[in-house]
Amino acid sequence: MLKIENVSKTFFPGTVNERKALVDVSLDLREGDFVTVIGSNGAGKSTILNTIAGRIPQDRGQVLIDGKEISKQPEHKRAARVGRVFQDPMAGTAPNLTVEENLSLADRRGAVRGLARAVTGSKRERFAEELKVLELGLENRLKTKVGLLSGGQRQALSLLMATFSKPKVLLLDEHTAALDPQRAELVTRLTKQVVQAQGLTTLMVTHNMNQALDVGNRLIMMHEGRIILDASPEEKQRMTPEDLLHRFTQLKGAALDDKTLLQ
Amino acid sequence: MITAIELGLIYAIVALGVYLTFRVLNFPDLTVDGSFTTGAGTAGVLIVNGINPFLATALAFVVGTIAGLITGLLHTKGNINGLLAGILTMIGLYSINLRIMGAANVPLLRENTLLTLLYDYVDRGVLSIVLLAVVAILFKLVIDWYLHTDTGLALQATGDNEQMIKSFAVSTDRQKIYGLMISNGLMGVAGALVAQYQGFVDIQMGIGLILVGLASVIVGQAIFGNGVVFQATLAVVLGAVLYRLAIQFALNAGLNPNDMKLLSALLVIAALLLPQWSGFRKIAKWRHGLGIGGGAATLTSDGAEAAAEGEMATKTEAQRVLGVPAGAAPDSPHATDATGSTAGKEN
Repeated sequence: MLKIENVSKTFFPGTVNERKALVDVSLDLREGDFVTVIGSNGAGKSTILNTIAGRIPQDRGQVLIDGKEISKQPEHKRAARVGRVFQDPMAGTAPNLTVEENLSLADRRGAVRGLARAVTGSKRERFAEELKVLELGLENRLKTKVGLLSGGQRQALSLLMATFSKPKVLLLDEHTAALDPQRAELVTRLTKQVVQAQGLTTLMVTHNMNQALDVGNRLIMMHEGRIILDASPEEKQRMTPEDLLHRFTQLKGAALDDKTLLQ
Repeated sequence: MITAIELGLIYAIVALGVYLTFRVLNFPDLTVDGSFTTGAGTAGVLIVNGINPFLATALAFVVGTIAGLITGLLHTKGNINGLLAGILTMIGLYSINLRIMGAANVPLLRENTLLTLLYDYVDRGVLSIVLLAVVAILFKLVIDWYLHTDTGLALQATGDNEQMIKSFAVSTDRQKIYGLMISNGLMGVAGALVAQYQGFVDIQMGIGLILVGLASVIVGQAIFGNGVVFQATLAVVLGAVLYRLAIQFALNAGLNPNDMKLLSALLVIAALLLPQWSGFRKIAKWRHGLGIGGGAATLTSDGAEAAAEGEMATKTEAQRVLGVPAGAAPDSPHATDATGSTAGKEN
């Protein structure tokens, strides 16, 4: 489904600031795999997501979706198959457009955008139906500008928008990190629900060990641009947050940030 | 007074074009100073050579879109800063405009133009103003319609959150180019109409036009609001008329016509600075409380929305009668979940 082959990326090569973000990384996700990615700061977690999405071009290696090489495609072309939710709750929605307009934009992922009316009565009904899943009452606020919603509401909406347009691959970049615990829990629950319902092939970066073990069927740990642990579903089920912490402390120079330790 | 309102209604097309780039795309496009004259020159020369003025004005739109295309390509594919890309096209167009016109001035006296046609049918006065207002409103409605299509919504999103709309497979480069082409096409039409209105084309006629557009957009939206697209474009059209009236008023008060550019600049500066002044916010709040000014504009947009909702309700009603549950069809397991969970909640 999603295949990453020997991908490398170095930032600022040949300068004092040179940083190897990805070193010869290979990863193979089967259809419906839900992989959580953990690692210390600078381990290359976000870089790998950005390489798949096309935001950062890799130096070497290939990215394939359904056997098709996509690493030469620009970001917006890949987005026809790749759905994303960003860490910043403000990033995934257009604030000056209404809830229904945002959903309509998402609905046309990969389709031709022509001169048909963007929001019609039947679409509105369908959007309201989809919004009920969020249990935030947004189905009654279709004409509200998204900028007026709270961060948690916007992130839940971003998640819905990224998924209901049925991408091949879903990329989640610490999408619950900027939310308060209650909202984070809601968005995590919705993520599980949506990914399972649609059988989406998903890659989720997180700082939260419990979350990393709780969701998904596979877990990888990254350190200094390499994958140092790839836990199969069976291994993952037996793991505890203590095991993961133990693995971290074994790593030379792996600095856990405060956020991780507190959780 | 009549001249000011008539001109204002023609310049409303300029204001709508500037609204598209400056407000919707968040891109201050300076190409307009050049493309306005390109449209005027193209239409003028065609009319002098006996071409139908409708066709000449339509072709002015086409040459305007080409100017916009050039700025768009320079900015998106050439990675040139937006302001600079506009300036480069604008300055280059000056020479092209002279080539098109063949001289610095092309008189259109005794030619058949759209405006002479208009005055053949109606007297100058209330009727001519109404007809020009209808034309301006038509342009406004077309823009309203476009911004609510799939591609128009992508254009709005490009100006609103570029990262987001890219992640939904939209080429923001292409949207910016579309926006610039439409905007400069409108400049071409407006240039053609102004030339036909005043009876000549002048190489200097576009200089400072961006300020006229900005003043109309900023003043109009400050007074009449910019909540939804329908309201924002209406405010822009009214802003263009108000701007002309303000200029007329200043001239009547004995100001030197040579000072008009300075006056325009000061007007735009005032419109940009005043909302930042705390006293102004108090006035805005007070006005809001009384429901004057902005309130009236909001009312009209509410009316439009209510009407749209009514239309939607009847449509869905019809679907129910016909037994076509278009939107309600649980076409994904996702939707089934939704109905399931809400049903559970109600119990």
